Amino acid sequence: MGLLSDPNRRRALISLLTRLNTPICGMPVEWLMKTMQAKGLEVFTQRFSRTLPFPDENKERYMVRGTNVYGILRAPRAPRTEALVLSAPCSPGDNNNQAVGLLLGLAEYFRNQIYWAKDIIFLVNEHDLIGMQAWLEGYHHTNTTGMDWSPLQGRGGSIQAALSLELSSDIITSLDLVLEGLNGQLPNLDLANLFYAFCQKIGVLCTIQGKLQRNDWDSVSGYSHAVQTMMLMVMKQASGRPWGDHGLFLRYHIEAATIKGVNSFRQYKTDATTIGRLLEGMYRKLNNLLERLHQSYFFYLMPSLSHFVSIGYYMPAFGLLAVILLLRALDLWVQLSTPPQRTEDGVTDIEPVRGTHFKTVADLLSLLTPLVISHLTGVALYMLPIRFQEMAVEHFPVSETEAVVLTAIAVYTAGLALPHNTHRLLSGEGTEQGWRVLKLVAVLYLAVLLGCTALINFSLGFILALTLVPVAAFVTPHVPKVLSAFILVILSPACTLLFSVFFFQELQEMPISFQDGWLLFLSVISQGILDHSLYGSLVYPLITLLVYPCWLLFWNILFWN
Amino acid sequence: MAAPLTLLLLVAVTVRAALFRSSLSELISERVEVVSPLTAWKRVIEGLALLDLGVSPYSGDVFHETPLTIYLFHFLVDYAEVTFMLADVITAVALYMAVKDYNKQVFRKQKFALEADRYPLDCLELIRSPKEMYYIPLKVAMFYLLNPFTILSCVAKSTCGLNNAIIALFILSTIKGNVLLSAIFLSLATYQSIYPLTLCAPALLYLMQRQYIPVNFRRASFWWFIVQYAFMYLGSLFVIICLSFFLLGSWDYLPSVYGFILSVPDLTPNIGLFWYFFAEMFEHFRLFFLCVFQINVFFYTIPLSIKLKEHPVFLIFMQLAVISIFKSYPTVGDISLYMAFLPVWSHLHRFLRNIFLVSCVLLACSALFPVLWHLWIYAGSANSNFYYAITLLFNVAQILLVSDYFYAFLRREHHLTYGLYLKRKDGSEATLVLK
Repeated sequence: MGLLSDPNRRRALISLLTRLNTPICGMPVEWLMKTMQAKGLEVFTQRFSRTLPFPDENKERYMVRGTNVYGILRAPRAPRTEALVLSAPCSPGDNNNQAVGLLLGLAEYFRNQIYWAKDIIFLVNEHDLIGMQAWLEGYHHTNTTGMDWSPLQGRGGSIQAALSLELSSDIITSLDLVLEGLNGQLPNLDLANLFYAFCQKIGVLCTIQGKLQRNDWDSVSGYSHAVQTMMLMVMKQASGRPWGDHGLFLRYHIEAATIKGVNSFRQYKTDATTIGRLLEGMYRKLNNLLERLHQSYFFYLMPSLSHFVSIGYYMPAFGLLAVILLLRALDLWVQLSTPPQRTEDGVTDIEPVRGTHFKTVADLLSLLTPLVISHLTGVALYMLPIRFQEMAVEHFPVSETEAVVLTAIAVYTAGLALPHNTHRLLSGEGTEQGWRVLKLVAVLYLAVLLGCTALINFSLGFILALTLVPVAAFVTPHVPKVLSAFILVILSPACTLLFSVFFFQELQEMPISFQDGWLLFLSVISQGILDHSLYGSLVYPLITLLVYPCWLLFWNILFWN
Repeated sequence: MAAPLTLLLLVAVTVRAALFRSSLSELISERVEVVSPLTAWKRVIEGLALLDLGVSPYSGDVFHETPLTIYLFHFLVDYAEVTFMLADVITAVALYMAVKDYNKQVFRKQKFALEADRYPLDCLELIRSPKEMYYIPLKVAMFYLLNPFTILSCVAKSTCGLNNAIIALFILSTIKGNVLLSAIFLSLATYQSIYPLTLCAPALLYLMQRQYIPVNFRRASFWWFIVQYAFMYLGSLFVIICLSFFLLGSWDYLPSVYGFILSVPDLTPNIGLFWYFFAEMFEHFRLFFLCVFQINVFFYTIPLSIKLKEHPVFLIFMQLAVISIFKSYPTVGDISLYMAFLPVWSHLHRFLRNIFLVSCVLLACSALFPVLWHLWIYAGSANSNFYYAITLLFNVAQILLVSDYFYAFLRREHHLTYGLYLKRKDGSEATLVLK
C-alpha cells in the first residue's frame, strides 16, 4: 500500500502531468487555486513586485511582478503550531513542469491520511527565488530586502522543515540533492542523511553535486573523485548564493534542501510514482520530529553522500593560516619595539624598551591616510556601479548590466593607481617605521576579517585566506617590485574569482574557452550584486567594503617608497 | 589648548549627528552589547508612556531607571539626541580638566621630590617632563570621544552616557578638592547604579592627601574627615531618595531599580559574566552565587586601597575598571570610561608586558561578538556557549589589561625608590616579579 497504487490516482496524476507539459504564459494562478481547493486544501495567494537595481540578463527580468499560490493541509487532530513546507518553483516554459504536478498529486494523497501531526503547506512560487523571498518575508513578518508584497492571509505555525522540488521530466534516472544556501549556510546534516537513507531504501539513485558515489576509496582515482566533489561544494558555498529555493529558508532557522530530478542516459529509470513514494516517506519522517533538527552538524563538507568532513577537521587548517598572520604581527611588534642601533651599554632591561609613540602628527597621518583612502575606494566600489549606471548608459554603448559590471571592474583597477601616501610630501624620516606600523595594522585587520568570514561562510574565508595570507605575510617595500606586484594582482580577490570560475567549470567537467569564461565572470559579478540587493547575500559587501580595502593596504605597502 | 579641544568636540558631535541620521541607529540600539535592560532607550520610552497614562512606570518589570532620570526625560524627550551628545561632551570636558589638574599636581610633587633628592640617580629616565605631559588631557578627551564604544553607546541612546557624565563630574570635583560637590556627585552616581559606592575610598584618600590629613587610623583628624564626608554623602543620598519618593509618590522604585541590579532576574545575554552562570544554575544555589558575584565587585576595594593609598587617582582607574568588568549588566559604554584614562598612564608603556596580546584579543572579540550572536540567534548553527566563550575571553583580556597596568605602575614606583637597575646582594642582576 503506498502512494498511487490506486489506478485512479495514477491516472489523475498522469493527466495532471500531461496538462502541465504544455508551455504556460506566466503562472496559472486561477487553475492552481481551483485545483488545490478541489483537493481540500485551504488556498491563499500572495502578490509581490520588485524592481531589480538593473536588468538580470541570465533570467531576463527587470521589473518582476508575480503571485505565489499556496495551500495548507491542516493536520486532522493536532494543534496548529508546527508546519512543513513542500515547494515547487513554477516558471514559464517546461522548466519545472513535472514538479507542480507531483506536488498536486501528493497533496491529494496526503489529504486522505490521518497521521499528520503538523500542517503541510504546498507552495508554488513564481519567479523562483524572488517569489520565495516574498513568501518567507510575509510568513515571518520581516522586510529585510525592500520588496513589496501583500500580507499572507493564511498561516500555519512555525515551519520545522522544507523541501523544494525541481523536476523537468517525468522519467528520472537520479535525484540530485542540493544543500548550499544563502551565505554558505547549510541545513543540518541529519536532513541530508535522512534523504540519502531513504533513497537507498527505495532504490533510487542519489547524487550530490551531480556526481555519483564511488566505492573505491583507496585508489587514486576514487580519492580524486571525492576531492573533486568536495571542491565543488566549497566553490558553491563560497559564492554565497542560494543554489535552490531552499537556500532562503535556512536564514529563518528552517532546515531545507532542494531535490533536483536528473534525466541522463542510464539504464535504470524511475518514474514519478517512485519519487512520490520517496517524498511521502520523507514527509512522514519529518512529521514524526519532536523538535527541530539540531543534533547533527551544521558545518560540514561532503566529499560524497556517505562521508563528510566536520568543522573539527577543517577549521584547524584555517587556524594554521591565521596563525601565520598573527606570528607576522608579533614579529612586526617586536621589530617596532626594539630601538634602532644604539651602542649604549648598561641597557640590561629584559623587557623591550618602550614602543613607538606617534611623536608627530605626520606619523599618525602616514598611517591614517592609506587606511582612509583604501576604505573610501572600497565604498566607491560598493556604491558607484549601481548609482551611475544611467550615466554610463548615456555615454557608452552598453546595456545597464554591462555598465554596472564594467564600472565595478573600472573602479577596482583605478584603485591600484591612486596615490596613497602623504609621506612623499613630508620628510622621508621614519618611513621605515611607518610601513611597519601600517603592515601591523593591515595584518591584524586581515586576520580578524578572515576569522569572522570563516565562521560565517567557511569556504569563502578559506579561499580568501589561501590567496591573501601568503602575500600578506611576505610583502614589504624591499621585495622585488615588478614580480611582487604581479603576484599581488594575480592573488587579488577579482583574479581569484576569475580563476575560480574556470576551476568550477573544470570540476563540473564542462571546460570552457577563455572568451566564454570571461563572459561567465562578468555575469558572476552581476549575479553577486543582484544577490546582495535581492536576498541580502553578504559576499558583495564583504569583498568591496572590507577585503578589497585590506588588499589595497598591502598594495600600498609594496609601493611605500 | 582650547582650540584643539573645540575642534575635537566638533568632530565628535559631527560623527554622532551623522550616525543618528543614518539607518544604523536602529540597528545599534538593539545590540545587546551596547544596551542592557538597565540602560535601554526603548525602556525609557515605555516608562514615559506609562507615566503619561498615570500608571506607575515600574509596574510590569520593564522600566528600571531611577525617578530622577524619568523626570529628566519627561522634559527632554524631544531633545534626547542632543542630551546624549551633551552628556558625552560634558564627560570629555570634565575628564580633560581633571587630568590637567592632576598632571599639574603630579609634576609639582615630582619637582619637590627631585629637589629633596629622593630619587636614586639612575632612574632619571623615568622622570616625566612637562613636554610629554602637555598633550595628555587632550588625548584623554580624544580617547573618550572618538572611542567606537562611546560612539555606539551614544547613538544607541543608552543612559550609560549619563552615568558616565556624573562619574566624570565626580572625578573632576574630587581632583579639584571640592569636598561637598564630590560627595554630591558620588551620591548621584550611587543613586543611579549602586556600584560607584566603591569610589568612596579613593575619593576619601585623595581629598585627605590634598588637605594634608595623614591616613592613620589612630589620628582623630582622619576619623573626623571621614565623618564629615560620610555625612555629606549620606545626607545628599537621603535627600535624593526622598525627592524620588515625592516625585512619584511611592517606594516601588527601590525594588525595581536596586533590587533589579542586585538580584539579576533578567538573564538577557550581554558582555558580562552573570547571565550564563545564572541561566544554568539550580534555584537552590542561586542566592549563594548571587552573593558571591556581587561581593566580588566590592571586595577589591579594601586591598587595593591599602596598596594604592599614596596614589588615589590610579585607584579610581582600577575601581572603575573593576566595576565595568564585574557589574551585573555591563555595556561597552562602561568600558569606554575607564579606557579614557589610559593616556594618563602612557609613561608606564615600557613596563607593560602584555599590551600586544591584550589589544589583539580585545579587537578580535569586539569583531566576533556580532558574528557569534548572528550564528546563535539567526542562523541557529551555534549556541550560547560560543557567545559566552567570547564574553569570557573579552573579560579576561580586560582583567589582563588592568592587572598589567597595575604591575607597571607598582614597578615604576619601586624603581623610583630603589633605582632602575636592580642588583641583588651579590651584585648580579635582578628582576621584579608581581606576586
